[in-house]
Amino acid sequence: MKKNLKYNLTWLAIMVVGYVVINLLEFVGVIDQFGENTMVLIGINIILATGLNLIIGFSGQFSLGHAGFMAIGAYVCALITSSISTPMGMAIGMIAGAAVSALVALIVGIPTLRLDGDYLAIATMGVAEIIRIILNNLKITNGPAGLYNIPLLATWPVVYLMVCVTTLIIVNFIHSRDGRAVMSVRENEIASESMGVNTTKWKVLAFVIGAATAAIGGALHANYIQTIAPTDFGIMESINILIIVVLGGIGSITGTFVAAAVLGLLDMILQNFGTLRMVLYSLALILLMVFKPSGLLGTWEFSVRNLFNRFTKSKQKGDA
Amino acid sequence: MQQLVNGHSLGSIYALLALGYTMVYGIIKLINFAHGDIYMLGAFWGYYVINQLHFNFWLALVSAMLFCALVGVVIEYLAYRPLRNSPRIAALITAIGVSFLLENGMAYMFSSNVRSFPQAMKVHQYHLGSISISNIQILILVVSIALMILLQLIVRRTKMGKAMRGVSVDPDAAQLIGINIDRTISFTFALGSAMAGAAGVMIGLYYNSIDPLMGMTPGIKAFVAAVLDGIGLILGAAIGGFVIGLLETTMQALGFSAFKDAAVYAVLIIILLIRPAGILGKKIKEKV
Amino acid sequence: MTLLDIKELTKNFGGLTAVSDVTMHLNDNELVALIGPNGAGKTTLFNLLTGVIVPSEGTISMQTDNGLQVLNKMKPYKVAQTGLARTFQNIRLFKDLSVLDNVLIAMTANNKEGFFESIFRLPSFYHKEAALRKEAVDLLKIFDMQDQVDNLAKNLPYGAQRRLEIVRALATKPRILFLDEPAAGMNPEETADLTRLIRQIQKEFRITVLLIEHDMSLVMNLAQRIYVLEYGQLIAEGTPAEIQKDEKVIKAYLGGES
Repeated sequence: MKKNLKYNLTWLAIMVVGYVVINLLEFVGVIDQFGENTMVLIGINIILATGLNLIIGFSGQFSLGHAGFMAIGAYVCALITSSISTPMGMAIGMIAGAAVSALVALIVGIPTLRLDGDYLAIATMGVAEIIRIILNNLKITNGPAGLYNIPLLATWPVVYLMVCVTTLIIVNFIHSRDGRAVMSVRENEIASESMGVNTTKWKVLAFVIGAATAAIGGALHANYIQTIAPTDFGIMESINILIIVVLGGIGSITGTFVAAAVLGLLDMILQNFGTLRMVLYSLALILLMVFKPSGLLGTWEFSVRNLFNRFTKSKQKGDA
Repeated sequence: MQQLVNGHSLGSIYALLALGYTMVYGIIKLINFAHGDIYMLGAFWGYYVINQLHFNFWLALVSAMLFCALVGVVIEYLAYRPLRNSPRIAALITAIGVSFLLENGMAYMFSSNVRSFPQAMKVHQYHLGSISISNIQILILVVSIALMILLQLIVRRTKMGKAMRGVSVDPDAAQLIGINIDRTISFTFALGSAMAGAAGVMIGLYYNSIDPLMGMTPGIKAFVAAVLDGIGLILGAAIGGFVIGLLETTMQALGFSAFKDAAVYAVLIIILLIRPAGILGKKIKEKV
Repeated sequence: MTLLDIKELTKNFGGLTAVSDVTMHLNDNELVALIGPNGAGKTTLFNLLTGVIVPSEGTISMQTDNGLQVLNKMKPYKVAQTGLARTFQNIRLFKDLSVLDNVLIAMTANNKEGFFESIFRLPSFYHKEAALRKEAVDLLKIFDMQDQVDNLAKNLPYGAQRRLEIVRALATKPRILFLDEPAAGMNPEETADLTRLIRQIQKEFRITVLLIEHDMSLVMNLAQRIYVLEYGQLIAEGTPAEIQKDEKVIKAYLGGES
């Protein structure tokens, strides 16, 4: 029991120290406004990609519709914060966005998650496109022009906090009864079902949680960029999130963090290259996949427990 | 009726593209995301040879097919072959990377502006009662159907076609009986890409405008078409293409053009829910 | 007492009848074997009984704490929760997960960990996890696998993988355990160990065991009763001694000459 407390406190310390260090760097001028901008975008991408990693990497269901759920979160939160432009409004907006997104995911997930592999991918892509087209034609969402003048409420501390919260929720979910059940579906659905695991229930649950976190990412996106339009949430956006997941390593949350950071920095560096930027970006992507098909980190996961264990082991060796 | 005619021209383009998706998927289980961009390359090739070298339509068509076949083979060799034994999703991301590269590479070299496709032949409108049909529409329909028949003959009647079918059923067994897998896969890419090249030249002629991003949407639609009837089936892809073309033009005619894409996806999802492996596809149950 | 009652069970695949009019029963705490030549429909019968495929005709009913329950048309996970667990002929472990996780997953249905409890890591979560882990390790101990708790299932030797499948099935707390060729690919020594283990768990957990097996020494050693299946039909039932003398069975195994 004490050990668990130690691990949890270490994680808390890592999160707090991370925040303090970044703020210090900002204070002394190592990170400028442009750098903060990059960090916010990386943070939002981490939130989006960890949710998708839960769906693809842990439950093994291939979803290509993440941008649809992101769009729901973005629009719901933008509409709410446009009338209540306070941090409280932001909180309400994120919760409401996540709730609506989860509900849609539930309705969509129950029938479609029976499909396998590429068929599921294409069905979820279809769902996301339908969501986008509906947003494109509704009055309340202002059609193709989208929403603008959304208050800037997703400041860097808010994004940092949400990265921590969503990651904690997903990681804790994975390391529990529910997470194990979800992974068993990925490993062998027939065996899982024969061991008394209601596979449909857990597939849908993972999908719903993924969709809810996508909505949080969307909400932050809307209240940081301050304008949103349906075209922001097309297939390309779903694919961009997918790239982060695969590049980091399917089934590695640590990998998702690393990949989001690497791609974010790559993007920042390539800003200076103008039109050549996307060419270099796509070349980098192809080369990375050809030479590291399992992603940057494979399924490796950073773990405080293992770190401690290694530490105590080497100490024991030293003592002996 | 008029929509039926328009739908058929559009549908045959989707069908040609869907064939490429289906063949590649059938043989290496890869959703070749870059396929729509091969079609874009075909259109640009047509643009170039008609404008600069003054090729006529037929020469442009055939040379575009050859050019695209070559590009398809090179892409497979450089980008997909190293990943043949990797997780399928890694190959998929690579395909997306190739797609980005083609789109942005072309935009970088030729700018992303829309350009008008040279009119390689004079447009005639024929009127049959209330229906009007242009010679280009007829041409598209005839050429597409001819190509599909040709493809079907290659797959059914030639030795290479047999090898293709063998590899798609069981690559290991195919190798054991002496089929050269690499060559068969290259051949499949060549065939599929040639179809896309032909579609590119014809759509240039039909819509009269091309740009580096033109392959994206039709690419996805064609993929939907391939899935609609059960991905991996050649006949299915052809039918799927026509169904989607017709569906789109019908929605347009009914005044729902804003929702035409939504309708395509809705139909797709409903079909998949009723028949999880497409209309013609057979769901293979895992043996316990 | 009859625990599982199977009446006139039939399964048609298109024109092919894989299992035809099978009537059999399993008594409480009994060890029964199901034998028959290859392709006789043994695994199909297992799949019918565990809900993986739905029977065309007939009924499967089980005596539970809540009275008699009909299992036809129940989803596999429901069947498992009712108290039927199984192993697979072609091993189906959760390969990329640890040995411990494999066992813990089988405890999912009996695990009362709440969603919010685990998300927020409440103290009760840690208590439940610790208790569960102990239960799983105790189970692994019976099979002498307690040292392999953290190994990935795919890295286990073949014999250990087969044993892990049995542990995993036991972790669902079944009343009846179905073993599909548990000794396949094992050497005589391993088979002898396995025979002992099966008898031990049947006694210790007071469960009923139905096993499919081609290894006759194991079957004749272990089974209290034997059912013989040929071309989807039951051709004999009896004690090992009776089956060994049965004309029809000898004919089925040796071919038409005798």
